[in-house]
Amino acid sequence: MNKIIKYVITDILRNKIVLAYMLCLLALSFSVLSLEDNITKGLLSLLNIILIIVPLISIIFSAIYIYNSAEFIELLLSQPLKRKTIWLSLFIGLAASLSIAFLIGTALPILIYAFSATGIIMIVVGLLLTIIFIAIAMLATLFARDKAKGIGVSILLWLYFSLLFDGLVLFFLFQFSDYPLEKIMVGLAALNPIDLGRILILLKMDVSALMGYTGAVFKDFFGTNIGLVASFTVMFLWIIVPVWIAVKKFNKKDL
Amino acid sequence: MIEIKNISKKFGKLNALNNVSATCNTSECIALIGPNGSGKTTLIKSILGMVVPNSGEIFFNKKTIAHQWNYREHIGYMPQIGRYPDNMTIGQVVDMMKDIRNQKTELDETLINKFELKEMYNKRMRTLSGGTRQKVSATLAFLFNPQVLILDEPTAGLDPVSSEILKEKIIEEKKKGKLILITSHVLSELDDLVSQVIYMQDGKLIFHKSIQQVHTDTGEVKLSKAIARVMNYEQNN
Repeated sequence: MNKIIKYVITDILRNKIVLAYMLCLLALSFSVLSLEDNITKGLLSLLNIILIIVPLISIIFSAIYIYNSAEFIELLLSQPLKRKTIWLSLFIGLAASLSIAFLIGTALPILIYAFSATGIIMIVVGLLLTIIFIAIAMLATLFARDKAKGIGVSILLWLYFSLLFDGLVLFFLFQFSDYPLEKIMVGLAALNPIDLGRILILLKMDVSALMGYTGAVFKDFFGTNIGLVASFTVMFLWIIVPVWIAVKKFNKKDL
Repeated sequence: MIEIKNISKKFGKLNALNNVSATCNTSECIALIGPNGSGKTTLIKSILGMVVPNSGEIFFNKKTIAHQWNYREHIGYMPQIGRYPDNMTIGQVVDMMKDIRNQKTELDETLINKFELKEMYNKRMRTLSGGTRQKVSATLAFLFNPQVLILDEPTAGLDPVSSEILKEKIIEEKKKGKLILITSHVLSELDDLVSQVIYMQDGKLIFHKSIQQVHTDTGEVKLSKAIARVMNYEQNN
């Protein structure tokens, strides 16, 4: 397994896009954090970058990478290797290389300019989002044989998680505004890893007052240790479940 | 050695394999023949576990291959269209395969030398011509000295000299008592190779006979003519 991970990582690193992604993040983080004299403001701007760009790049790059590795996968399949090993190696290879890019590009500036609990949470959330969206992209590629379709589906999934979901939640809130929905909102947040990440970071920043009454309920839940553990567990489930379904599906796939 | 029992495979509505059974033993050289889309490649891919049949079972050395992977270390596979990671060089691909297989016994590098691949070790896979790719595929299939060789259209795209080298290699391996499965449309070159013929059509196995039997049944000495006769016969019925 280690051997295949090694080959996947060398292959990705040879591809200069990951390097470019890392340098972009590095430039963005440094400029955002050093422009503002108030570190919290800087972190808030960085938050939007992490919540939008990191999932987008992770999902699209992984989808394209998996489609382009079709030959590599086929070659490996005719060798004495378990299918599960092949798939997990691809996943770990992708996760490792994009995580390294994220860590150097974002975690480094945060640790230098804004070493704080908020900063640490931000790094962890960004890392988890990277891995979650790789897992989602890899699952999506198994449902669409066609490359264009698969990449399209990945972009739509990103659109759903970063924009559409919030719209749907707002719609839902307005339709049922006569009912007490605050507790349900906590549950709904678990359905979207990006929202979950945003809530976790905003609560640490103590700007939950901006979120009104729902913010108070969030603070009640996510502010506690149990809430923190619960939300990280949900984030981990967002990694484990897609990977598990993908392995099951890949085991039955014809190539 | 390989026993195929009643396997069927559907791709959507298409019946790629329809209740196919066959037994292949060591030191046989079997030709898989049939029109395009008759299920030859699907059958080969099922043996390799790349395609999972809807029903039926395949046994390798009396053990089922479902959910197994270790048996593949005894198989050398040369695909119809060899597709390799674009960014790797020939040398890297060969080294990677050696690394993955991690075989302790001696490697068979005759084809690397005869095809003079060492001089091209620095070429990237994406820059290779179809024929050179075929050479790489053939080399990889024979490299690990496997008990079973599965060759899907081995000589397609090879120049006459290389194709002669490959044929000699196949005959040599056959003499060593290996099981060799070949599909090919160039029937004339199978004449001096094969000992048995499996004829497939529309996903069904029409017959599995020894080459002598085919000659006596059709009254033709050349395999190409014999098969042409069979094909006409099948089409008229």
